[in-house]
Amino acid sequence: MDSAFGMRGLIARLRKGDEIAHLIALLFALTLGIITVLIAMELYRNSALSRAKFGWAFLATSIWDPVTEVFGAAPFIYGTLVTSAVALAIAVPLGVGAAVFLAELAPRRISDALTLLIELLAAVPSVVYGLIGVAVVVPVMRQHIEPALQRVAGSLPLFSGPAYGVGYLTAGIVLAIMIVPFIVSVLREILLAVPRDQREAALALGATRWESTWGVVLPYARLGVYGAVFLALGRALGETMAVTMVIGNRPQIAASLLAPGYSMAAVIANEFTEATGNMNLSALIEIGLVLFLLTMIINAFARLLILVTTRKGSVVA
Amino acid sequence: MEARAPVRGPNDVTPPAVTSLRRRAVNILMFSGTAVCAVATVSALFFILGYLLIQGGSSLSLSFFTNLPAPVGESGGGMANAMIGSAKLLVLAALIGVPLGFMAGLYVSEFASPISAFAVRYATDLLNGVPSIVIGIFAYTIVVLPMKHFSTLAGGIALGIMMVPVTVRGTEEFLRAVPGSLREASLALGAAQWMTIVRVVVPAASRGILTAIMLGLARVAGETAPLLFTALNNRYWSPGWNEPSASLPVMIFTYAIAPYEDWHRQAWAAALVLLGVVLTANVAARLLVRRGAVSTT
Amino acid sequence: MSPRACSYAGARCRRPDVAPVDSKISVRHLSLFYGEKQALRNISIDMAANQVTALIGPSGCGKSTFLRTLNRMNDIIPKVRIMGEVKLDGQNIYEPNVDVVALRRRIGMVFQRSNPFPKSIFDNVAYGIRVNRLAASRGDLAHRVEQSLRRAALWDEVKDRLRDSALALSGGQQQRLCIARALAVEPDLLLMDEPASALDPIATQRIEELIYELKREYTIVIVTHNMQQAARVSDVTAFFWLGELVEVGRTDTLFTNPREKLTDDYVTGRFG
Repeated sequence: MDSAFGMRGLIARLRKGDEIAHLIALLFALTLGIITVLIAMELYRNSALSRAKFGWAFLATSIWDPVTEVFGAAPFIYGTLVTSAVALAIAVPLGVGAAVFLAELAPRRISDALTLLIELLAAVPSVVYGLIGVAVVVPVMRQHIEPALQRVAGSLPLFSGPAYGVGYLTAGIVLAIMIVPFIVSVLREILLAVPRDQREAALALGATRWESTWGVVLPYARLGVYGAVFLALGRALGETMAVTMVIGNRPQIAASLLAPGYSMAAVIANEFTEATGNMNLSALIEIGLVLFLLTMIINAFARLLILVTTRKGSVVA
Repeated sequence: MEARAPVRGPNDVTPPAVTSLRRRAVNILMFSGTAVCAVATVSALFFILGYLLIQGGSSLSLSFFTNLPAPVGESGGGMANAMIGSAKLLVLAALIGVPLGFMAGLYVSEFASPISAFAVRYATDLLNGVPSIVIGIFAYTIVVLPMKHFSTLAGGIALGIMMVPVTVRGTEEFLRAVPGSLREASLALGAAQWMTIVRVVVPAASRGILTAIMLGLARVAGETAPLLFTALNNRYWSPGWNEPSASLPVMIFTYAIAPYEDWHRQAWAAALVLLGVVLTANVAARLLVRRGAVSTT
Repeated sequence: MSPRACSYAGARCRRPDVAPVDSKISVRHLSLFYGEKQALRNISIDMAANQVTALIGPSGCGKSTFLRTLNRMNDIIPKVRIMGEVKLDGQNIYEPNVDVVALRRRIGMVFQRSNPFPKSIFDNVAYGIRVNRLAASRGDLAHRVEQSLRRAALWDEVKDRLRDSALALSGGQQQRLCIARALAVEPDLLLMDEPASALDPIATQRIEELIYELKREYTIVIVTHNMQQAARVSDVTAFFWLGELVEVGRTDTLFTNPREKLTDDYVTGRFG
């Protein structure tokens, strides 16, 4: 009976080993949620000064004056939203088109090759985009595109004012180039997840390839498409470097797309180390809090939409 | 056509024998249109690479890699400290991001119930979506403020947090790819679950997990925003972990927005080096995975 | 041998190159390769109009692959090579400048697992009509949808909820919806790939009754692994084995008195 005892004890110990392993792994997994909560808490805590002084008006005030210590986040929120809107307006059609091509219409080998290249594009650091933005996009905008826009539509308030080269439009364009590869890779996976027999049913009814894509595949993946767009929006909202280098860094709200502006991420990047005093720093951190909440809500929503479509957890993005 | 049962309407339209020209034209048009979108997107990559090569290639020299930054106006400055700084930051990032991410990924793949797995994956995705500058603020408040100065440590922690989601996803994906039959074989031989994981599953998935780590490092290597007020910058060497440190992305940013021509040239060179490293890591990671992420030997 | 008998003899036809006049489909020396692997070997068969031809055989022997060559659905699979000819109403559908899209409209397909679009019942049936521009007006469209649903014996069950999602229907109803969807574009030929394999016996019976009715007006080719079903539903049965057409003949003869020993073994259940 000795060996049986020994066996039982051994098995018991081994089983406990499994439980210990499970526990350890669980603890590590919990840290993910803990980190996110901690981030929120720290942002909240360290913005206490400015929250106490300005309250909700912080979101609507357009003044940003370190000297008199009056701070309002409105210009930055405006700039973030405008540049993101411009970026989406350009990147979504481009990205959806490219994703449809890669997932539905292109022959396999071409699709694989192009997909690889687009994923490499997604790996390019944002500061490199910023550099190209400053060196290439800004001059082109200032010398060619913005003057042309003004000739055509200069009477509209949207395109009024001098053409600096930097500004909302330029930032939006650089941002668009940055998020297109992101949209393409997320959307491509979503489209590939549409069951094959849906496509085949459409083709068997005498639909052309495009008609099957437009009438059956895209509607099937509708929620996932919205999810991909929202994810891209979340990315655009938080993008710092490329925007900082080409937006002009002027804390104002301007109607014209050609005007220089500022974004939430950009002002934090530029002024954090030069903050004059605790109120200034607190205000910047409060902007960080707003940015955090905004992106968190949009991402949470977007991921749910994608989940519903792909039904397989997260999409690699 | 012989008699076929007509599903006919009051206004009879005989189906055409050939698909209408309009439908075929639309098909071709959309094919071309979407192809243009794809090609345009890809060409951006080539444009960026090409431009960097042209602008930065000429400024690359040995001194660029070995010298410290020179005072404004003097030539011969380099970015040696930035490269070492980036390397140190990556080491820290790996030390923090890899264990956390690996264990969390392990949990999701091996231990979690479907609901828990969903919860952890969702939390990972949410953390992934936090803007890098916000993570920079976080690292500032928990490291820089208490220490009362900027440091490599703070920067490393920020980058480490950013590495976690990538590592989690990669670990989970490659652990999941290990065939169930391997696990069952081990369990059937009497091994406990944890032993199966340690001795069978993880080794089988190791190559894939390594590539995921490599991709994660490549991604954080290019991050600038979280370093702006954690590791800050430094025009000299930064020994140890407690002092501000130069890094490649921050140098690029600083030099690019400065008004000095020499600094612009160095920014291009640095960007070329950074992009080269990042792209090489990405391509290498894909090649490694292509040959079979799960090694069964 | 009269020309009629020749059309049922398949590979054993003594005059293999003469396509009988009333043969709806005429396949000659059809071979199909997935990359290096050969899935269909030198198939030759005639199928007459307004009759139900059943394709039987063990799994993986090429029945479904063969079915899909009839409406060129294998074209969308990469690395597929097809040799030989398939004539529909005397015209080879694998000729270079054939309009595949128009061809597929003429041939309806029902899949093994019902695959309604995630749209309303009405929109499912209407999809093919809209895409092919068959309806002259909205009233015409509604009329055609109703006709298709009637022909698929589904109208009475769904007429009050046409706008409901198709996914809310039961499995059997969904499959009949897919049949209605296929009928809506006015095909002359119906291809059915194990249409009832995922359904319960009652639903299966309704599908079989439907096939029996439809045969009056359509030509039907049905793949089935259920020999009793083939016996119940078809006029002609073709037995496939390992990519080859072993025997084809009138259903009652094939099941009771087959020519080939292989057929006899399969039909009596000695293998497969």
